[in-house]
Amino acid sequence: MSNQDTLSYTLHLADTTLILGQRLSEWCGHGPALEEDIALTNTALDYLGQATNLYKYAAQLEGKGQDEDQLAFLRDAWDYKNHLITELPNGDYAYTIARQFFFSAWYGYTLQQLMQCPDEYMRAFAEKSIKEVRYHLQHSADWMKRLGDGTEESHARLQKAVNEIWTYTGELFMPASYESALNWINQDELKNNWDALVTATLKESNITLPADQWMQRGGKEGKHSEHLGFILAEMQFLPRAYPNAKW
Amino acid sequence: MHTIENITSLLEEVTDPEIPVLNVVEMGIVRGVAFEHNKLIVTITPTYSGCPAMQTIEEDIREVLIEKGITDFQINTVLSPAWTTDWMTDHAREKLREIGIAPPQKGSADKGLLMGRIRDVKCPHCGSHETSMISQFGSTACKSLYRCESCREPFDYFKCI
Repeated sequence: MSNQDTLSYTLHLADTTLILGQRLSEWCGHGPALEEDIALTNTALDYLGQATNLYKYAAQLEGKGQDEDQLAFLRDAWDYKNHLITELPNGDYAYTIARQFFFSAWYGYTLQQLMQCPDEYMRAFAEKSIKEVRYHLQHSADWMKRLGDGTEESHARLQKAVNEIWTYTGELFMPASYESALNWINQDELKNNWDALVTATLKESNITLPADQWMQRGGKEGKHSEHLGFILAEMQFLPRAYPNAKW
Repeated sequence: MHTIENITSLLEEVTDPEIPVLNVVEMGIVRGVAFEHNKLIVTITPTYSGCPAMQTIEEDIREVLIEKGITDFQINTVLSPAWTTDWMTDHAREKLREIGIAPPQKGSADKGLLMGRIRDVKCPHCGSHETSMISQFGSTACKSLYRCESCREPFDYFKCI
């Protein structure tokens, strides 16, 4: 374990929350109902705040005088360490909800473990963030049941979304080199908790659990799908075109 | 000469820009006021990680202090212990209820609990316990949207965290 591993892991969590936050903010003004528009943008705001807290810590660990904005806006796709699942296009509402549920379950149980990790800042971050993630998880779990156990149309769309996203859930439990070096997360415990909640929720939602299959990976090590470049192009355009611009 | 007591009462002039009836001391945002070698240290903690009001609050605190001639100070932000609605004073809760926002329940859910649910939320208008949640998320990061089944009025509930 080294300072470099802590930095990489902090950036991994920061990128993960920033990219999913950026994705969810695309729903602003397009939600299927006013309450859902508000729910997803509130969730995006929580992620943005969490990402800021993490980038600040990463900047401190890095010690090169960068700030949180430079880390978010001036790194390119191969520097980003977010999970692939967070960069997937939003799809329809069932797709966004399924991704949100799978991700929130992983994130919540990860934060639970980070509350006990040896790093003081990360413990404080986890203690703070889990309170917010609890709401995200409950919101998405409620909608899993509502869509899965809803109409024929909503059920079919959710089942399709679950089937399509499933291949991106494996990466959540495949530790990157820096995660193995830090050894802060008990991956077996994380996977068991996630499996139990996902299995129970899918059952309640009348959704069939997809069969074991080949899993996509690479995001945590900087190998991304083509989607990330487009997100960064939109997100980073202004600070790159107008360096040091002030709000 | 400034004392910790009169600095604290100065800070009570700083209100939450999104809920202006509450000041940052009774909300529990101000975690500490101390002097270190004549330098004033004000410690604050965010309510929600992404709360857009935090930046304004920090600037407002700075303004109030400078206005009173205090220049040697520092504002620190801490994440731990994480802000909880339990820190809100009873007086603050009553003020929330008066402006139609149901105050957060006391005894916030277990820190590590992921699937715990809120118990009952009382309507701030008619006091009825017959209420239902419309959405976990509301007009600001800290609120949920509820409806009263007795008086039929919708209302905001200050989320318990």
